[in-house]
Amino acid sequence: MTYVKNRLRRTMMFVPGNNPAMVKDAGIYGADSIMLDLEDAVSLTEKDAARMLVFNAIKTVDFGGAEIVVRINGQDTPFYDEDVKAMVRAGVDVIRLPKTESAAMIKKLVADMENAEEQYGVEKGSIGVMAAIESAKGVLNAPEIATATPLMMGLAVSGEDYTADMHTHRYPDGRELEFARNLVLQAARAADVYAFDTVFSNMNDTEGFYRETKYIYELGYDGKSLVNPRQIPMVNKVFNPTKEEIENALSVQNAIQEAKAKGSGVISMNGKMVDKPVVEKANRVIETAKASNLIDEEGNYIGE
Amino acid sequence: MEIKTVGVAGTLESSDIQIMISAGQNGIEVDLDSEVAKSYGDQIKKVITETLNKFGITNAKVKATDKGALDCVIAARTLAAAQRATETNDEPRLEVLQ
Amino acid sequence: MENKVKRNLPDDLMTKMNLKPFESVEIGNPEVKRVAPKVQVTTGESKVVDSLEDVIKKTLKDGMTISFHHHFRNGDFAFNKVMNLIIKMGYQNLTLAPSSLTGVMNDTVIEAIKKGVITNITSSGMRGSLGDFVSHGGLKNPVVFRSHGNRARSIEEGEIKIDVAFLGVPNADPAGNANGQEGDAVFGSLGYALIDAQFADKVVLLTDNIVDYPNTPASIKQTQVDYVVKVDQIGDADKIGSGATRFTKDPKELKIAQTVNQVITNSPYYKQGFSFQTGSGGAALAVTRYLRESMLKDGIKASFALGGITKPTTDLLEEGLVKKIMDVQDFDKGAAASMAQNKNQQEIDASWYADPHNKGAVVNNLDVAILSALQIDTNFNVNVMTGSDGVIRGAIGGHQDAAAAKMTIITAPLVRGRNATVVPEVETVVTPGDSIDVLVTERGVAINPRRKDLIAAFAKVPELNIVDIKELQEMAQKQVGTPKPIEYTDRVVALVQYRDGTIIDTIKQVKD
Repeated sequence: MTYVKNRLRRTMMFVPGNNPAMVKDAGIYGADSIMLDLEDAVSLTEKDAARMLVFNAIKTVDFGGAEIVVRINGQDTPFYDEDVKAMVRAGVDVIRLPKTESAAMIKKLVADMENAEEQYGVEKGSIGVMAAIESAKGVLNAPEIATATPLMMGLAVSGEDYTADMHTHRYPDGRELEFARNLVLQAARAADVYAFDTVFSNMNDTEGFYRETKYIYELGYDGKSLVNPRQIPMVNKVFNPTKEEIENALSVQNAIQEAKAKGSGVISMNGKMVDKPVVEKANRVIETAKASNLIDEEGNYIGE
Repeated sequence: MEIKTVGVAGTLESSDIQIMISAGQNGIEVDLDSEVAKSYGDQIKKVITETLNKFGITNAKVKATDKGALDCVIAARTLAAAQRATETNDEPRLEVLQ
Repeated sequence: MENKVKRNLPDDLMTKMNLKPFESVEIGNPEVKRVAPKVQVTTGESKVVDSLEDVIKKTLKDGMTISFHHHFRNGDFAFNKVMNLIIKMGYQNLTLAPSSLTGVMNDTVIEAIKKGVITNITSSGMRGSLGDFVSHGGLKNPVVFRSHGNRARSIEEGEIKIDVAFLGVPNADPAGNANGQEGDAVFGSLGYALIDAQFADKVVLLTDNIVDYPNTPASIKQTQVDYVVKVDQIGDADKIGSGATRFTKDPKELKIAQTVNQVITNSPYYKQGFSFQTGSGGAALAVTRYLRESMLKDGIKASFALGGITKPTTDLLEEGLVKKIMDVQDFDKGAAASMAQNKNQQEIDASWYADPHNKGAVVNNLDVAILSALQIDTNFNVNVMTGSDGVIRGAIGGHQDAAAAKMTIITAPLVRGRNATVVPEVETVVTPGDSIDVLVTERGVAINPRRKDLIAAFAKVPELNIVDIKELQEMAQKQVGTPKPIEYTDRVVALVQYRDGTIIDTIKQVKD
């Protein structure tokens, strides 16, 4: 497994790191990323055992091509050092640092990872990092966190801890998270890294889940953190491009092909020049459409 | 390695195995309780014994209550129990698992 | 000798019992002859008696064959009432031929075997302590396992000759007209018991609820019944249902169910007027739910649903998504209650349901069957009878019969705990791979190479991850490792018949 900076990351499914049954089956649900959790999902007395279990699972379990992220314990805990070392040795794709509040914390993580890579003969820079933003300070420092390292994969809003820090709690309409969601997203986009929304834990409120997912999709988030595999097809449904978007993206790709064939550096479509953000958007749409089986191998639209 | 206390790791949940390690004199003695003992009993004992030997324990009594764990889980739980039994769990010996 | 699914059958036993090896899933058009029961003529005014003991004394002799049905499942009081008396009265050498054996019957059966009361058994299956007892050699003569359709066939053709049938019912009038739909312990369809009522020489009804004559609808008729025995309580209504009808929340089961629905709705059979059988269990109930959503969306209605019926299926009937239910057995209270209220929920007997030697059983008209498996091998042969430890813990039920459907789908997780479900070779072949078309696991869908049409149809469906069954088997093995082969003795403890009565496999005594 090696860290890939750009890939589809609509769904990041949380899996408790000390639960063999859930870890074993994590790969069957089609999550884009799987986040094995050593932090909140593991009690203080089981940190050592969970670390070993996750270590061995990364080495042996078939996760079906999903990206493997591990949420380690925070830098203020006695588990942090060994967690970093263990996950570097396991060759995880991405290490997620909880409670990130500054660029310095990310720089420390990267330095610790480099030491471990050196110590255990793991290729330097082969593991990405991501930052969980869980406090007011973290939100305000999101821009410097996002640019703290070239290995930064993305930023994730963590709503529960953040709202507690803000002297409030989660509400169904999400207004309490508005500032954090916007700032974190802005910081991620400016730094060209991914942005992930927080979890939605009431499994019985399907309507609320769709409302929130649609909202963050419209804001521009790349993906959402999930607590239950049943939420994966729901998120994918929201993130699916429309038929028009797909057809437009296919036209853009055709224009690129044509430009290449002509040896022209300028891509034009319907007489207008196509610039970089449009090309990138088209690529994202096609990638998502392929992953959701909306177009076939030849690029024909086959959705409903 | 010296066994200083009884070390327990793992749960009785499905796909897990609970390993309890205490001091012994006659090599690694595994008392296994498993629904798949007929088909996988030898393999489970082999993973436990090899993991302990690699860790440096050659004499121990092991009580293993298996709920259908895969080898990677058995090895991880055995190592965790061994480190707890030897009171060395602040220095995880992950090379034992490789 | 070796049969067509490559199972070695002991020659001496095959010759001694005059058995034929399994040849083919094709039944052909043989001409068969049926038997008729002896009838003791009565005028049939009142057949009500208080003493079960007297009835047993009058009807039963050593060496006879007795039968029961299992519609009360784990809420059954009839079986133990009758068997405990038979044991007490000192009968010997009886053959027990129930439609199936449920857990509440186990202790009594084991006691009866130990005392020589029961020396032969034929059943759809057995579980728990009884399966364990038989697998460890507790019964001298091999048990004969038959599917529900095959049991009907065997009774009709005289291979099982029932001397006395003891049939528990939630209601009966004094002349013996009875159904499964009213009373304290209703179970709905009497499908399996109807064959016993029709072909047994003596038919004894047991009920706690004697109603006015004439009792209609009469599933069992006064023309068939010799005695009606009044008992205190015939069953425990709360234990009849296989649990409340709750949809599974297990994400793996849901994922499998969703895939099954994609297989159905993308198959050539999914069109106006199609038919299906889903069975019970968490995944099956979830399939029914997903199928409902698809049928609503696509405006498709089914002509009938078949088999063991659950409430989600009777809900489809209420909604008009399914026009008829052909009901041989009800798995929960809701489905049982629905039978009394909906004339489109037709009670069918086991012969109508599934008998292969028939002028057409309903399974022959079935488009899609969804069935489970304890194990399935790379030739698609299915085991629903023995666990991965070789011990008997299952029942054929209607498995072989429903597999006559035009598309038979097996649903199974790739592994259960540390046991692989997809294996190189099943412990016991129950349903031959030639009648299985699709396997759905959480890691992929395998299509029987025989079904080139389905391979072509599903290749166009990108959501379906089609894989070779050998790949699934290797995937499973990679996860769990290679098990040590189970050790058996040479002694045969059970014979597994195919639905036409040929021997598809034997089960040997496990070595411990």
